Amino acid sequence: MSDASHWSVFINAALVNNFVLAYFLGLCPFFGVSARLETAIRMGGAVSFVMLVASVCAYSINLLLDAVNAPYLRIISYILVIASTVQLVEMLIRKLSPATFRAMGIYLPLITTNCAILGLALFQTNRGYGFTQAIAYSLGAGAGFALALLLMAGVREKLDLANVPDLVKGTAAALIVAGILSMSFMGFAGLGR
Amino acid sequence: MLGKEVSTTDEFVKGLWRENPVFIQVLGLCPALAVSNTAINALTMGLATTFVLLMSGMSVSALRNFIPREARIVSFICIIASFVTVVDYLIQAISFELSRSLGAFIALIVVNCLILGRAEAFASKNTFGRSVLDALGMGVGFTVALLWIGVVREILGSGSLFGVALLPDTFQTWTVMVLPSGGFFAMAMWLLLVNWLMERAAQAEKRAQEATP
Amino acid sequence: MNIPGPVQQPPTSAWSMYRAIVGIGAACALLIVTVYNTTADRIRENQDRFLAAAVSQVLPAAQSTIAVALTEDGRLEEAVEAPALPVFLGYNVDGELVGAVVTAQGMGYQDNIRVLYAYSFELDAIVGFKVLDSKETPGLGDRIEKEPHFLANFEKLDATLTVDGDALLHPIVTVKQGKKTDAWQLDGITGATITSEAIGEILNDSANTWAPVLEKNSHAFAKSEPTEEQ
Repeated sequence: MSDASHWSVFINAALVNNFVLAYFLGLCPFFGVSARLETAIRMGGAVSFVMLVASVCAYSINLLLDAVNAPYLRIISYILVIASTVQLVEMLIRKLSPATFRAMGIYLPLITTNCAILGLALFQTNRGYGFTQAIAYSLGAGAGFALALLLMAGVREKLDLANVPDLVKGTAAALIVAGILSMSFMGFAGLGR
Repeated sequence: MLGKEVSTTDEFVKGLWRENPVFIQVLGLCPALAVSNTAINALTMGLATTFVLLMSGMSVSALRNFIPREARIVSFICIIASFVTVVDYLIQAISFELSRSLGAFIALIVVNCLILGRAEAFASKNTFGRSVLDALGMGVGFTVALLWIGVVREILGSGSLFGVALLPDTFQTWTVMVLPSGGFFAMAMWLLLVNWLMERAAQAEKRAQEATP
Repeated sequence: MNIPGPVQQPPTSAWSMYRAIVGIGAACALLIVTVYNTTADRIRENQDRFLAAAVSQVLPAAQSTIAVALTEDGRLEEAVEAPALPVFLGYNVDGELVGAVVTAQGMGYQDNIRVLYAYSFELDAIVGFKVLDSKETPGLGDRIEKEPHFLANFEKLDATLTVDGDALLHPIVTVKQGKKTDAWQLDGITGATITSEAIGEILNDSANTWAPVLEKNSHAFAKSEPTEEQ
């Protein structure tokens, strides 16, 4: 059980060690969905929700694995649970808001391979977070991911209208923007300690 | 049939440049940037990923007629996760230091879109032999790409290569290169170079085509 | 995953679905368990060797050690199974207690840091320090591992207890580089403020927990039979 306070866990996950900009997790959807602000918002929301559910599931699975002393099943059980959660979320969204479902397209099932979710589960296990800390962690991670996505989308929308050399357009520009965003987030270092 | 004309060597070579997973397909970015702050980390990650690519490609291809369409993704994920667990324990057994510096990122190989992507796009539809070549090609291409990024980051950011000090102490290291931002910048640099080379190749081809009607 | 196929295919029978999923699941489980069992011994050896080397680095006087753990009512007992944060008592060649070695961990800048430190009963101080596991930034945070002026802190880092022996008399705290005035302060590293402050906190928390327990209970473990080399 880690000694970290809930607030510092949340701030750490959201800002100081932002999942996308500091840990490089969740890059595929980050670059894929951040071209439009609206899809970015929806993706951020979906990922946050899946993160919360995955965190709770990972915590429970870990209790079970410790009880039966089978640590080697961790990776495979985490990823299967995450895949199922994403399927569930997909079905939920399709039912509740078909427009959102169509707008998100292929990126919804791609949340399964979103390293951020598995990374969240693994980091939280490695750091020995208790249940409430894990909740704080997943909320912070989701918030941080959504924030990074939003910022990126905002910048990219503007960039689309700017006079960027052809060679740099697309992914290269996105990477440079991400690098600058990452540097700016380093300003949060030490917050919440 | 055109498909059958693809030579076997081409299956391997395409992963190195033309369809390089990192720079052309832009897949598997997460590990590419996260663990490439030193060359040795980049190399280990690349080799581990190649191992998983190869083993899962072989398994998926061998079982491709056995797995029904609906159970595809679940089966692929199961297979990939098992091999990732295997490589995780193998690395811990071989070198404790390496497994500690890579940490959770070995486990994150399982969500490397590259592996699932190849299993789905290629291994499940091609023969065992071709799948092996494809997996090896993609794996080597991935490793080389990671190494490029890792070497640049380590030399500029720490003044060393594979832990061996390369640049004199007077060189003020560009610490930003070993920080996350550096990962983004290094990748952007290489991507620009790759794009530029592809541009030039495309233009040369166009000129050649126009010259000989 | 639910992209409609272009041609009509006969619906997959339940049997072939079960066959595939169960078959693959069983094969995967078999593979994982086999590799796990094959490598488990080797991994354990690696971990033990690494820890043993670290222990003798922080407490060179110790020729043999026993692992101890906290009981529920705050006393020491010999550890039955390996805890997450091992603690050892170290004995010299003659079987006399020379010190204790404690593992501690806490959040640094990038991720968790695990450290090992040696506590001397005679000096009431921390006399050895080693970083076991850190993901701090290379060239910045990771200077805690090798920087000479930082490691010099641990030649004798004061950890005296209060009169009733329940806590540290002076909390261990990190100060700016070059501003150390008292023996219980850690001279930090400029450019790695957060990491060096984290070390101060980790050591403070751990010593506050363990030093009282060790002082109060060590007499029960004072002598050990001179055993073979560790």
